[in-house]
Amino acid sequence: MSNIKYILGSFGDPDEMMHGIEKLQENNIKIHDVYTPMPIHGIEAKLGVKRSRLDIAAFFFGITGTLTMLTGVYLATVVDWPINIGGKTHFALPDFIPITFELTILFCAFGLVGSYYASTHLFPGRAPRVMDLRATNDRFIIAIDAKANAEHEKIDELLKGAGALEVKYNERKYVSYE
Amino acid sequence: MGTHHYNLSEQFEFTGKVKTLSIIGIVIGLATIGYYGFVSSEHWAHERIFANLLLMAYYFACVCMSGAFFLAVQYVAQAGWSASILRVPQAMAKVLPIAVVILLVVIGLGLYTHNLYHHWHADGLTDPNSDNFDKLIAGKSAFLNVPFFMSRQVIFLGTYSIFATLLAKWSANEDLEGGLNSYRKSFKYSCIFLVIYGFTTPVFAFDTIMSLEAHWFSTMFGWYNFAAMWVSSLATIAVIIILLRRAGYMSWVNNSHLHNLGQFIFGFSIFWTYVWFAQFLLIYYANMSEETVYFYNRFNNYEAWFYINLIMNFLSPLLLLMDRDNKRSETTLLIVSIIVLCGHWVDYYQMIMPGVFTNGTKDGSGFGLPEIGTALGFLGLFTFTVMGSLSKKPLIAKNHPFLQESLNHHL
Repeated sequence: MSNIKYILGSFGDPDEMMHGIEKLQENNIKIHDVYTPMPIHGIEAKLGVKRSRLDIAAFFFGITGTLTMLTGVYLATVVDWPINIGGKTHFALPDFIPITFELTILFCAFGLVGSYYASTHLFPGRAPRVMDLRATNDRFIIAIDAKANAEHEKIDELLKGAGALEVKYNERKYVSYE
Repeated sequence: MGTHHYNLSEQFEFTGKVKTLSIIGIVIGLATIGYYGFVSSEHWAHERIFANLLLMAYYFACVCMSGAFFLAVQYVAQAGWSASILRVPQAMAKVLPIAVVILLVVIGLGLYTHNLYHHWHADGLTDPNSDNFDKLIAGKSAFLNVPFFMSRQVIFLGTYSIFATLLAKWSANEDLEGGLNSYRKSFKYSCIFLVIYGFTTPVFAFDTIMSLEAHWFSTMFGWYNFAAMWVSSLATIAVIIILLRRAGYMSWVNNSHLHNLGQFIFGFSIFWTYVWFAQFLLIYYANMSEETVYFYNRFNNYEAWFYINLIMNFLSPLLLLMDRDNKRSETTLLIVSIIVLCGHWVDYYQMIMPGVFTNGTKDGSGFGLPEIGTALGFLGLFTFTVMGSLSKKPLIAKNHPFLQESLNHHL
Protein backbone atom coordinates (compact mmCIF):
# COMPACT_ATOMS: atom_id res chain seq x y z
CA MET A 1 0.00 0.00 0.00
CA SER A 2 1.28 3.41 -0.94
CA ASN A 3 2.02 6.07 1.62
CA ILE A 4 0.42 8.81 -0.43
CA LYS A 5 -1.93 10.80 1.73
CA TYR A 6 -3.02 13.69 -0.48
CA ILE A 7 -3.07 14.40 -4.18
CA LEU A 8 -2.63 18.07 -5.01
CA GLY A 9 -3.58 19.55 -8.36
CA SER A 10 -1.70 22.80 -8.79
CA PHE A 11 -3.26 25.31 -11.20
CA GLY A 12 -1.90 28.60 -12.44
CA ASP A 13 -5.29 30.03 -13.35
CA PRO A 14 -8.41 30.29 -11.17
CA ASP A 15 -10.82 29.61 -14.05
CA GLU A 16 -9.00 26.40 -14.93
CA MET A 17 -9.11 25.41 -11.28
CA MET A 18 -12.87 26.00 -11.17
CA HIS A 19 -13.13 23.84 -14.28
CA GLY A 20 -11.05 21.18 -12.51
CA ILE A 21 -13.45 21.22 -9.54
CA GLU A 22 -16.37 20.67 -11.91
CA LYS A 23 -14.61 17.74 -13.63
CA LEU A 24 -13.84 16.05 -10.33
CA GLN A 25 -17.37 16.55 -9.09
CA GLU A 26 -18.80 15.11 -12.29
CA ASN A 27 -16.75 11.97 -11.63
CA ASN A 28 -17.88 11.77 -8.00
CA ILE A 29 -14.42 12.37 -6.60
CA LYS A 30 -14.61 13.99 -3.22
CA ILE A 31 -12.53 17.12 -2.86
CA HIS A 32 -10.83 17.55 0.52
CA ASP A 33 -10.29 21.29 0.22
CA VAL A 34 -9.13 24.04 -2.12
CA TYR A 35 -6.37 26.53 -1.32
CA THR A 36 -6.06 29.79 -3.19
CA PRO A 37 -3.94 32.89 -2.68
CA MET A 38 -6.98 35.15 -3.04
CA PRO A 39 -10.74 34.89 -2.53
CA ILE A 40 -12.58 33.35 -5.49
CA HIS A 41 -16.13 34.44 -6.13
CA GLY A 42 -18.70 31.67 -5.87
CA ILE A 43 -16.28 28.94 -4.77
CA GLU A 44 -18.09 28.27 -1.48
CA ALA A 45 -21.31 27.49 -3.29
CA LYS A 46 -19.52 25.23 -5.74
CA LEU A 47 -17.72 23.26 -3.03
CA GLY A 48 -20.79 23.23 -0.80
CA VAL A 49 -18.95 24.94 2.04
CA LYS A 50 -21.35 25.69 4.89
CA ARG A 51 -21.92 29.30 5.79
CA SER A 52 -19.63 30.59 8.47
CA ARG A 53 -21.14 30.86 11.93
CA LEU A 54 -18.83 33.74 12.78
CA ASP A 55 -21.76 36.20 12.78
CA ILE A 56 -23.55 34.23 15.50
CA ALA A 57 -20.35 34.14 17.53
CA ALA A 58 -20.00 37.90 16.95
CA PHE A 59 -23.49 38.50 18.33
CA PHE A 60 -22.77 36.60 21.52
CA PHE A 61 -19.37 38.22 22.04
CA GLY A 62 -21.05 41.59 21.57
CA ILE A 63 -23.90 40.91 23.96
CA THR A 64 -21.35 39.72 26.55
CA GLY A 65 -19.63 43.10 26.24
CA THR A 66 -22.94 44.94 26.64
CA LEU A 67 -23.89 43.00 29.75
CA THR A 68 -20.40 43.27 31.26
CA MET A 69 -20.43 47.03 30.92
CA LEU A 70 -23.96 47.49 32.22
CA THR A 71 -23.23 45.24 35.20
CA GLY A 72 -19.98 47.07 35.90
CA VAL A 73 -21.64 50.46 35.72
CA TYR A 74 -24.49 49.31 37.93
CA LEU A 75 -22.12 47.90 40.55
CA ALA A 76 -20.01 51.06 40.51
CA THR A 77 -22.70 53.73 40.44
CA VAL A 78 -25.49 52.11 42.44
CA VAL A 79 -24.06 49.44 44.72
CA ASP A 80 -20.57 50.60 45.54
CA TRP A 81 -20.42 54.32 45.09
CA PRO A 82 -23.73 56.13 44.70
CA ILE A 83 -23.08 59.81 44.02
CA ASN A 84 -25.60 62.48 43.14
CA ILE A 85 -24.49 63.84 39.78
CA GLY A 86 -26.61 66.73 38.54
CA GLY A 87 -29.67 65.36 40.31
CA LYS A 88 -29.91 62.38 37.98
CA THR A 89 -30.76 58.86 39.05
CA HIS A 90 -27.73 56.81 40.04
CA PHE A 91 -28.10 54.46 37.12
CA ALA A 92 -28.55 57.16 34.45
CA LEU A 93 -28.63 54.88 31.44
CA PRO A 94 -28.19 57.42 28.59
CA ASP A 95 -24.88 58.56 30.09
CA PHE A 96 -23.48 55.07 29.79
CA ILE A 97 -24.73 54.17 26.31
CA PRO A 98 -21.53 55.34 24.54
CA ILE A 99 -19.21 53.36 26.80
CA THR A 100 -21.50 50.33 26.61
CA PHE A 101 -21.35 50.60 22.85
CA GLU A 102 -17.55 50.76 22.99
CA LEU A 103 -17.29 47.69 25.17
CA THR A 104 -19.67 45.79 22.91
CA ILE A 105 -17.39 46.50 19.96
CA LEU A 106 -14.24 45.69 21.94
CA PHE A 107 -15.52 42.31 23.15
CA CYS A 108 -16.81 41.54 19.69
CA ALA A 109 -13.50 42.39 18.02
CA PHE A 110 -11.30 40.51 20.49
CA GLY A 111 -13.67 37.57 20.52
CA LEU A 112 -13.64 37.30 16.75
CA VAL A 113 -9.85 37.54 16.51
CA GLY A 114 -9.65 34.76 19.10
CA SER A 115 -12.19 32.58 17.28
CA TYR A 116 -10.40 33.11 14.01
CA TYR A 117 -7.07 32.03 15.48
CA ALA A 118 -8.63 29.04 17.19
CA SER A 119 -10.47 27.84 14.10
CA THR A 120 -7.48 28.22 11.77
CA HIS A 121 -4.87 26.95 14.23
CA LEU A 122 -2.99 30.17 13.86
CA PHE A 123 -1.51 31.63 16.96
CA PRO A 124 1.82 33.18 17.85
CA GLY A 125 4.64 30.68 18.07
CA ARG A 126 3.00 28.04 15.89
CA ALA A 127 4.32 27.33 12.44
CA PRO A 128 1.44 27.65 10.00
CA ARG A 129 0.45 24.37 8.39
CA VAL A 130 -0.10 24.41 4.67
CA MET A 131 -0.38 21.66 2.08
CA ASP A 132 1.49 23.49 -0.65
CA LEU A 133 3.58 26.56 -0.02
CA ARG A 134 2.79 28.01 -3.40
CA ALA A 135 -0.92 28.22 -2.50
CA THR A 136 0.06 31.31 -0.57
CA ASN A 137 1.77 32.80 -3.58
CA ASP A 138 0.71 32.11 -7.16
CA ARG A 139 -0.90 28.68 -7.36
CA PHE A 140 -4.46 27.44 -6.94
CA ILE A 141 -4.46 24.06 -5.24
CA ILE A 142 -7.14 21.37 -5.22
CA ALA A 143 -6.46 18.78 -2.52
CA ILE A 144 -7.92 15.28 -2.76
CA ASP A 145 -7.74 12.68 -0.02
CA ALA A 146 -5.73 9.85 -1.60
CA LYS A 147 -6.89 7.21 0.88
CA ALA A 148 -10.57 7.84 0.29
CA ASN A 149 -10.29 8.03 -3.51
CA ALA A 150 -8.52 5.01 -4.97
CA GLU A 151 -8.45 5.90 -8.67
CA HIS A 152 -5.24 7.90 -8.59
CA GLU A 153 -4.56 7.66 -12.29
CA LYS A 154 -7.97 8.92 -13.19
CA ILE A 155 -7.61 11.85 -10.80
CA ASP A 156 -4.23 12.67 -12.32
CA GLU A 157 -5.76 12.56 -15.79
CA LEU A 158 -8.74 14.73 -14.82
CA LEU A 159 -6.59 17.35 -13.14
CA LYS A 160 -4.15 17.57 -16.03
CA GLY A 161 -7.01 17.60 -18.52
CA ALA A 162 -8.50 20.60 -16.74
CA GLY A 163 -5.20 22.47 -17.00
CA ALA A 164 -3.24 21.59 -13.86
CA LEU A 165 0.39 22.60 -14.29
CA GLU A 166 1.57 19.99 -11.81
CA VAL A 167 0.11 17.12 -9.81
CA LYS A 168 1.78 16.29 -6.52
CA TYR A 169 1.53 13.17 -4.37
CA ASN A 170 2.21 14.12 -0.78
CA GLU A 171 3.05 11.59 1.88
CA ARG A 172 2.57 14.14 4.62
CA LYS A 173 -0.63 16.07 5.06
CA TYR A 174 1.05 19.38 5.82
CA VAL A 175 4.33 21.01 5.04
CA SER A 176 5.30 23.91 7.27
CA TYR A 177 7.40 26.98 6.94
CA GLU A 178 10.49 26.01 8.85
CA MET B 1 -24.90 32.47 -12.72
CA GLY B 2 -24.67 32.10 -16.50
CA THR B 3 -26.09 34.43 -19.08
CA HIS B 4 -29.50 35.97 -18.61
CA HIS B 5 -31.94 37.31 -21.10
CA TYR B 6 -34.08 40.09 -19.78
CA ASN B 7 -36.52 42.28 -21.57
CA LEU B 8 -34.61 45.56 -21.47
CA SER B 9 -37.44 47.63 -22.89
CA GLU B 10 -39.93 46.47 -20.24
CA GLN B 11 -42.19 49.31 -19.23
CA PHE B 12 -44.43 49.75 -16.21
CA GLU B 13 -48.11 50.18 -16.97
CA PHE B 14 -49.83 52.46 -14.51
CA THR B 15 -53.41 51.24 -14.58
CA GLY B 16 -55.95 49.28 -12.60
CA LYS B 17 -56.08 48.93 -8.85
CA VAL B 18 -52.95 50.93 -8.05
CA LYS B 19 -54.19 53.93 -10.00
CA THR B 20 -57.70 53.75 -8.55
CA LEU B 21 -56.39 53.42 -4.99
CA SER B 22 -53.98 56.32 -5.41
CA ILE B 23 -56.79 58.54 -6.72
CA ILE B 24 -59.01 57.48 -3.79
CA GLY B 25 -56.14 58.45 -1.48
CA ILE B 26 -55.87 61.88 -3.08
CA VAL B 27 -59.63 62.38 -2.75
CA ILE B 28 -59.55 61.39 0.94
CA GLY B 29 -56.69 63.82 1.46
CA LEU B 30 -58.48 66.68 -0.29
CA ALA B 31 -61.68 65.95 1.66
CA THR B 32 -59.78 66.02 4.95
CA ILE B 33 -58.05 69.27 4.08
CA GLY B 34 -61.32 70.77 2.85
CA TYR B 35 -63.22 69.73 5.95
CA TYR B 36 -60.70 70.94 8.52
CA GLY B 37 -59.68 73.95 6.47
CA PHE B 38 -63.12 75.36 5.69
CA VAL B 39 -65.98 73.48 7.36
CA SER B 40 -64.90 72.39 10.84
CA SER B 41 -65.60 74.85 13.62
CA GLU B 42 -63.04 73.44 16.05
CA HIS B 43 -60.71 76.22 17.19
CA TRP B 44 -57.66 74.10 16.44
CA ALA B 45 -58.74 72.88 13.00
CA HIS B 46 -56.67 75.26 10.90
CA GLU B 47 -53.51 74.90 12.93
CA ARG B 48 -53.82 71.14 13.04
CA ILE B 49 -54.36 70.80 9.31
CA PHE B 50 -51.46 73.13 8.58
CA ALA B 51 -49.19 71.14 10.90
CA ASN B 52 -50.20 67.96 9.09
CA LEU B 53 -49.76 69.55 5.68
CA LEU B 54 -46.29 70.70 6.67
CA LEU B 55 -45.45 67.23 7.97
CA MET B 56 -46.55 65.41 4.84
CA ALA B 57 -45.31 68.01 2.35
CA TYR B 58 -41.92 67.93 4.08
CA TYR B 59 -41.92 64.13 4.09
CA PHE B 60 -42.91 64.02 0.40
CA ALA B 61 -40.25 66.55 -0.66
CA CYS B 62 -37.57 64.88 1.48
CA VAL B 63 -38.23 61.41 0.07
CA CYS B 64 -38.07 62.76 -3.49
CA MET B 65 -34.94 64.84 -2.97
CA SER B 66 -33.22 61.93 -1.27
CA GLY B 67 -34.10 59.94 -4.39
CA ALA B 68 -31.97 62.45 -6.31
CA PHE B 69 -29.34 62.13 -3.58
CA PHE B 70 -29.39 58.33 -4.05
CA LEU B 71 -28.76 58.79 -7.79
CA ALA B 72 -25.89 61.18 -7.11
CA VAL B 73 -24.31 58.85 -4.55
CA GLN B 74 -24.44 55.96 -7.01
CA TYR B 75 -22.86 58.03 -9.77
CA VAL B 76 -20.12 59.45 -7.57
CA ALA B 77 -19.27 56.06 -6.09
CA GLN B 78 -19.38 54.65 -9.65
CA ALA B 79 -21.49 51.90 -8.14
CA GLY B 80 -22.33 49.00 -10.40
CA TRP B 81 -24.83 47.02 -8.34
CA SER B 82 -27.54 49.67 -8.56
CA ALA B 83 -27.44 50.29 -12.33
CA SER B 84 -30.51 48.18 -12.97
CA ILE B 85 -32.70 49.78 -10.29
CA LEU B 86 -31.88 53.44 -10.97
CA ARG B 87 -35.19 54.11 -12.72
CA VAL B 88 -37.05 53.96 -9.39
CA PRO B 89 -35.10 56.77 -7.64
CA GLN B 90 -35.16 58.62 -10.97
CA ALA B 91 -38.94 58.55 -10.98
CA MET B 92 -38.86 59.95 -7.44
CA ALA B 93 -36.37 62.64 -8.47
CA LYS B 94 -38.56 63.64 -11.41
CA VAL B 95 -41.49 64.23 -9.05
CA LEU B 96 -39.37 66.53 -6.85
CA PRO B 97 -40.49 69.77 -8.59
CA ILE B 98 -44.15 68.93 -7.82
CA ALA B 99 -43.28 68.15 -4.20
CA VAL B 100 -41.31 71.39 -3.96
CA VAL B 101 -44.22 73.49 -5.22
CA ILE B 102 -46.56 71.86 -2.69
CA LEU B 103 -44.10 72.40 0.18
CA LEU B 104 -43.54 76.04 -0.79
CA VAL B 105 -47.30 76.66 -0.99
CA VAL B 106 -47.84 75.07 2.44
CA ILE B 107 -45.00 77.09 4.00
CA GLY B 108 -46.13 80.29 2.29
CA LEU B 109 -49.76 79.90 3.30
CA GLY B 110 -48.74 78.87 6.81
CA LEU B 111 -46.71 82.04 7.18
CA TYR B 112 -49.42 84.20 5.63
CA THR B 113 -52.24 82.83 7.79
CA HIS B 114 -50.01 82.69 10.92
CA ASN B 115 -50.76 79.01 11.41
CA LEU B 116 -47.12 77.96 11.10
CA TYR B 117 -43.92 79.59 12.36
CA HIS B 118 -45.90 81.91 14.65
CA HIS B 119 -43.08 81.62 17.16
CA TRP B 120 -40.89 83.95 15.11
CA HIS B 121 -43.41 85.44 12.70
CA ALA B 122 -45.93 87.62 14.52
CA ASP B 123 -46.51 91.32 15.04
CA GLY B 124 -44.14 93.18 17.32
CA LEU B 125 -41.76 90.33 18.11
CA THR B 126 -38.77 92.36 17.02
CA ASP B 127 -40.02 95.78 18.13
CA PRO B 128 -38.53 96.79 21.53
CA ASN B 129 -41.52 99.02 22.31
CA SER B 130 -44.10 96.35 21.73
CA ASP B 131 -45.67 94.14 24.40
CA ASN B 132 -44.87 91.14 22.23
CA PHE B 133 -41.16 91.97 22.09
CA ASP B 134 -39.04 88.83 22.24
CA LYS B 135 -35.34 89.44 22.76
CA LEU B 136 -34.23 86.06 21.47
CA ILE B 137 -36.33 86.27 18.30
CA ALA B 138 -35.14 89.83 17.71
CA GLY B 139 -31.56 88.60 17.96
CA LYS B 140 -32.24 85.96 15.35
CA SER B 141 -34.27 88.16 13.06
CA ALA B 142 -31.36 88.88 10.73
CA PHE B 143 -31.63 85.22 9.72
CA LEU B 144 -35.24 84.39 10.58
CA ASN B 145 -37.22 86.94 8.62
CA VAL B 146 -39.85 86.12 6.02
CA PRO B 147 -38.12 87.37 2.84
CA PHE B 148 -34.79 85.70 3.62
CA PHE B 149 -36.54 82.57 4.89
CA MET B 150 -38.65 82.18 1.75
CA SER B 151 -35.77 82.93 -0.58
CA ARG B 152 -33.65 80.27 1.14
CA GLN B 153 -36.46 77.76 0.69
CA VAL B 154 -36.86 78.64 -2.98
CA ILE B 155 -33.13 78.58 -3.71
CA PHE B 156 -32.42 75.30 -1.91
CA LEU B 157 -35.42 73.42 -3.19
CA GLY B 158 -35.06 74.92 -6.66
CA THR B 159 -31.42 73.82 -6.84
CA TYR B 160 -32.28 70.28 -5.76
CA SER B 161 -35.06 70.17 -8.35
CA ILE B 162 -32.76 71.31 -11.16
CA PHE B 163 -30.15 68.67 -10.35
CA ALA B 164 -32.83 65.98 -9.92
CA THR B 165 -34.38 66.82 -13.29
CA LEU B 166 -30.99 66.93 -15.03
CA LEU B 167 -29.88 63.55 -13.68
CA ALA B 168 -33.15 61.97 -14.84
CA LYS B 169 -32.90 63.67 -18.22
CA TRP B 170 -29.34 62.50 -18.91
CA SER B 171 -30.27 58.94 -18.04
CA ALA B 172 -33.13 59.16 -20.56
CA ASN B 173 -30.71 60.53 -23.17
CA GLU B 174 -28.36 57.65 -22.42
CA ASP B 175 -31.13 55.22 -23.43
CA LEU B 176 -31.39 56.88 -26.83
CA GLU B 177 -27.77 57.71 -27.63
CA GLY B 178 -25.66 55.19 -25.74
CA GLY B 179 -22.02 56.01 -25.15
CA LEU B 180 -20.42 57.47 -22.07
CA ASN B 181 -21.27 61.16 -22.49
CA SER B 182 -24.35 61.08 -20.28
CA TYR B 183 -22.59 59.06 -17.63
CA ARG B 184 -19.62 61.44 -17.48
CA LYS B 185 -21.91 64.44 -17.25
CA SER B 186 -23.99 62.76 -14.54
CA PHE B 187 -20.83 61.95 -12.60
CA LYS B 188 -19.56 65.51 -12.75
CA TYR B 189 -22.83 67.16 -11.77
CA SER B 190 -23.46 64.55 -9.08
CA CYS B 191 -20.21 65.60 -7.40
CA ILE B 192 -21.34 69.22 -7.44
CA PHE B 193 -24.82 68.26 -6.25
CA LEU B 194 -23.52 66.24 -3.29
CA VAL B 195 -21.45 69.17 -2.03
CA ILE B 196 -24.38 71.58 -2.34
CA TYR B 197 -26.80 69.08 -0.83
CA GLY B 198 -24.52 68.26 2.08
CA PHE B 199 -24.11 71.87 3.10
CA THR B 200 -27.68 73.03 2.50
CA THR B 201 -29.92 70.22 3.84
CA PRO B 202 -29.08 70.98 7.49
CA VAL B 203 -30.02 74.62 6.92
CA PHE B 204 -33.15 73.51 5.10
CA ALA B 205 -34.12 71.38 8.11
CA PHE B 206 -33.30 74.22 10.56
CA ASP B 207 -35.61 76.48 8.57
CA THR B 208 -38.50 74.19 7.86
CA ILE B 209 -38.76 72.25 11.12
CA MET B 210 -36.47 73.61 13.84
CA SER B 211 -37.70 77.19 13.47
CA LEU B 212 -41.16 76.09 14.67
CA GLU B 213 -39.60 76.43 18.11
CA ALA B 214 -37.34 79.35 17.35
CA HIS B 215 -35.91 79.79 20.87
CA TRP B 216 -34.43 76.34 20.87
CA PHE B 217 -31.60 75.24 18.62
CA SER B 218 -29.45 72.21 18.09
CA THR B 219 -26.61 71.91 15.62
CA MET B 220 -27.27 68.17 15.36
CA PHE B 221 -30.79 68.81 14.12
CA GLY B 222 -29.79 69.15 10.48
CA TRP B 223 -27.98 65.81 10.37
CA TYR B 224 -30.73 64.19 12.37
CA ASN B 225 -33.22 65.27 9.68
CA PHE B 226 -30.84 64.31 6.91
CA ALA B 227 -30.62 60.79 8.34
CA ALA B 228 -34.40 60.59 8.64
CA MET B 229 -35.07 61.72 5.07
CA TRP B 230 -32.33 59.50 3.62
CA VAL B 231 -33.41 56.33 5.38
CA SER B 232 -37.07 56.93 4.57
CA SER B 233 -36.14 57.41 0.92
CA LEU B 234 -34.17 54.14 0.91
CA ALA B 235 -37.14 52.35 2.46
CA THR B 236 -39.41 53.85 -0.21
CA ILE B 237 -37.12 52.61 -2.98
CA ALA B 238 -37.13 49.13 -1.42
CA VAL B 239 -40.93 49.09 -1.12
CA ILE B 240 -41.44 50.21 -4.73
CA ILE B 241 -38.98 47.65 -6.08
CA ILE B 242 -40.44 44.78 -4.06
CA LEU B 243 -44.00 45.65 -5.05
CA LEU B 244 -42.98 45.95 -8.72
CA ARG B 245 -41.32 42.56 -8.49
CA ARG B 246 -44.45 41.06 -6.96
CA ALA B 247 -46.45 42.52 -9.84
CA GLY B 248 -44.16 40.69 -12.27
CA TYR B 249 -41.84 43.52 -13.27
CA MET B 250 -38.08 43.89 -12.80
CA SER B 251 -37.28 40.18 -12.93
CA TRP B 252 -33.57 41.09 -12.96
CA VAL B 253 -33.66 42.27 -9.37
CA ASN B 254 -32.31 39.36 -7.31
CA ASN B 255 -31.93 39.02 -3.59
CA SER B 256 -28.39 40.40 -3.74
CA HIS B 257 -29.84 43.74 -4.80
CA LEU B 258 -32.31 43.47 -1.92
CA HIS B 259 -29.39 42.61 0.36
CA ASN B 260 -27.66 45.85 -0.62
CA LEU B 261 -30.82 47.89 -0.04
CA GLY B 262 -31.30 46.08 3.26
CA GLN B 263 -27.77 46.96 4.32
CA PHE B 264 -28.44 50.57 3.42
CA ILE B 265 -31.67 50.66 5.43
CA PHE B 266 -30.06 48.85 8.36
CA GLY B 267 -26.95 51.02 8.34
CA PHE B 268 -28.72 54.33 8.03
CA SER B 269 -31.31 53.41 10.65
CA ILE B 270 -28.39 52.91 13.01
CA PHE B 271 -26.94 56.20 11.76
CA TRP B 272 -30.26 57.93 12.44
CA THR B 273 -30.22 56.53 15.97
CA TYR B 274 -26.64 57.65 16.42
CA VAL B 275 -27.46 61.24 15.46
CA TRP B 276 -30.73 61.21 17.39
CA PHE B 277 -28.95 59.93 20.45
CA ALA B 278 -26.00 62.31 20.08
CA GLN B 279 -28.48 65.18 20.20
CA PHE B 280 -30.43 63.70 23.10
CA LEU B 281 -27.43 62.71 25.21
CA LEU B 282 -25.77 66.13 25.13
CA ILE B 283 -28.99 67.85 26.17
CA TYR B 284 -29.77 65.25 28.83
CA TYR B 285 -26.26 65.32 30.26
CA ALA B 286 -25.75 69.08 30.28
CA ASN B 287 -29.27 69.62 31.67
CA MET B 288 -29.50 73.30 30.74
CA SER B 289 -33.02 74.64 30.80
CA GLU B 290 -32.87 76.44 27.44
CA GLU B 291 -31.93 73.13 25.81
CA THR B 292 -34.02 70.66 27.80
CA VAL B 293 -37.20 72.58 26.99
CA TYR B 294 -37.41 70.65 23.72
CA PHE B 295 -37.39 67.22 25.33
CA TYR B 296 -39.36 68.44 28.36
CA ASN B 297 -42.27 69.18 26.07
CA ARG B 298 -41.95 65.85 24.29
CA PHE B 299 -41.60 63.84 27.49
CA ASN B 300 -44.57 65.42 29.17
CA ASN B 301 -47.06 65.72 26.35
CA TYR B 302 -45.90 63.18 23.78
CA GLU B 303 -44.29 60.48 25.88
CA ALA B 304 -45.70 57.48 24.01
CA TRP B 305 -44.62 58.91 20.64
CA PHE B 306 -41.13 59.43 22.00
CA TYR B 307 -40.69 55.72 22.68
CA ILE B 308 -42.66 54.49 19.65
CA ASN B 309 -40.26 56.55 17.53
CA LEU B 310 -37.25 54.67 18.94
CA ILE B 311 -38.90 51.27 18.71
CA MET B 312 -39.92 51.71 15.08
CA ASN B 313 -36.81 53.43 13.78
CA PHE B 314 -34.11 51.79 15.83
CA LEU B 315 -35.15 48.53 17.44
CA SER B 316 -37.15 47.08 14.58
CA PRO B 317 -34.53 47.52 11.83
CA LEU B 318 -31.79 46.52 14.29
CA LEU B 319 -33.41 43.26 15.31
CA LEU B 320 -35.23 42.38 12.08
CA LEU B 321 -32.52 43.28 9.58
CA MET B 322 -29.37 42.24 11.45
CA ASP B 323 -29.41 38.72 10.05
CA ARG B 324 -28.08 38.25 6.53
CA ASP B 325 -30.98 36.02 5.46
CA ASN B 326 -33.50 38.62 6.59
CA LYS B 327 -31.92 41.30 4.41
CA ARG B 328 -32.21 38.93 1.47
CA SER B 329 -35.83 38.02 2.17
CA GLU B 330 -38.35 40.00 0.18
CA THR B 331 -41.10 39.79 2.79
CA THR B 332 -38.93 40.78 5.75
CA LEU B 333 -37.42 43.69 3.88
CA LEU B 334 -40.87 44.87 2.80
CA ILE B 335 -42.22 44.71 6.35
CA VAL B 336 -39.21 46.48 7.85
CA SER B 337 -39.32 49.17 5.14
CA ILE B 338 -42.97 49.86 5.88
CA ILE B 339 -42.26 49.99 9.64
CA VAL B 340 -39.40 52.43 8.99
CA LEU B 341 -41.59 54.60 6.75
CA CYS B 342 -44.34 54.77 9.39
CA GLY B 343 -41.61 55.28 11.99
CA HIS B 344 -40.31 58.36 10.26
CA TRP B 345 -43.83 59.72 10.08
CA VAL B 346 -43.85 59.38 13.87
CA ASP B 347 -40.39 60.96 13.97
CA TYR B 348 -41.57 64.01 12.00
CA TYR B 349 -44.80 64.07 14.01
CA GLN B 350 -42.99 64.52 17.29
CA MET B 351 -40.65 67.08 15.73
CA ILE B 352 -43.47 69.23 14.37
CA MET B 353 -46.58 68.92 16.55
CA PRO B 354 -45.19 70.05 19.93
CA GLY B 355 -43.61 73.06 18.23
CA VAL B 356 -46.74 74.14 16.41
CA PHE B 357 -49.12 73.67 19.32
CA THR B 358 -46.98 74.90 22.21
CA ASN B 359 -46.51 78.24 20.52
CA GLY B 360 -50.01 78.37 19.12
CA THR B 361 -53.36 77.52 20.68
CA LYS B 362 -51.62 75.16 23.14
CA ASP B 363 -54.24 72.48 22.71
CA GLY B 364 -55.81 70.56 19.89
CA SER B 365 -52.80 68.41 19.17
CA GLY B 366 -53.51 64.74 18.89
CA PHE B 367 -53.83 61.82 16.60
CA GLY B 368 -56.98 61.30 14.59
CA LEU B 369 -58.70 61.91 11.30
CA PRO B 370 -56.67 64.98 10.23
CA GLU B 371 -53.43 62.97 10.56
CA ILE B 372 -54.70 59.84 8.83
CA GLY B 373 -56.54 61.72 6.09
CA THR B 374 -53.61 63.98 5.21
CA ALA B 375 -51.16 61.08 5.28
CA LEU B 376 -53.38 59.00 2.98
CA GLY B 377 -53.76 61.97 0.67
CA PHE B 378 -50.03 62.41 0.30
CA LEU B 379 -49.48 58.65 0.01
CA GLY B 380 -51.96 58.67 -2.87
CA LEU B 381 -50.32 61.71 -4.42
CA PHE B 382 -46.88 60.15 -4.11
CA THR B 383 -48.04 56.88 -5.67
CA PHE B 384 -49.90 58.67 -8.44
CA THR B 385 -47.05 60.98 -9.43
CA VAL B 386 -44.11 58.60 -8.94
CA MET B 387 -45.78 55.62 -10.61
CA GLY B 388 -46.97 57.88 -13.40
CA SER B 389 -43.45 59.13 -13.98
CA LEU B 390 -42.06 55.59 -13.71
CA SER B 391 -44.40 54.39 -16.45
CA LYS B 392 -43.05 56.93 -18.96
CA LYS B 393 -39.63 55.28 -19.42
CA PRO B 394 -38.46 51.66 -19.61
CA LEU B 395 -37.80 50.13 -16.19
CA ILE B 396 -34.10 49.67 -16.88
CA ALA B 397 -31.44 52.08 -18.10
CA LYS B 398 -30.31 49.81 -20.91
CA ASN B 399 -27.18 51.77 -21.90
CA HIS B 400 -25.86 52.32 -18.39
CA PRO B 401 -22.13 51.43 -18.54
CA PHE B 402 -22.34 49.21 -15.44
CA LEU B 403 -25.53 47.42 -16.41
CA GLN B 404 -23.91 44.00 -16.88
CA GLU B 405 -22.33 44.24 -13.45
CA SER B 406 -25.71 44.96 -11.97
CA LEU B 407 -27.49 42.16 -13.84
CA ASN B 408 -24.87 39.68 -12.61
CA HIS B 409 -24.77 41.16 -9.13
CA HIS B 410 -24.08 38.47 -6.59
CA LEU B 411 -23.12 38.80 -2.95
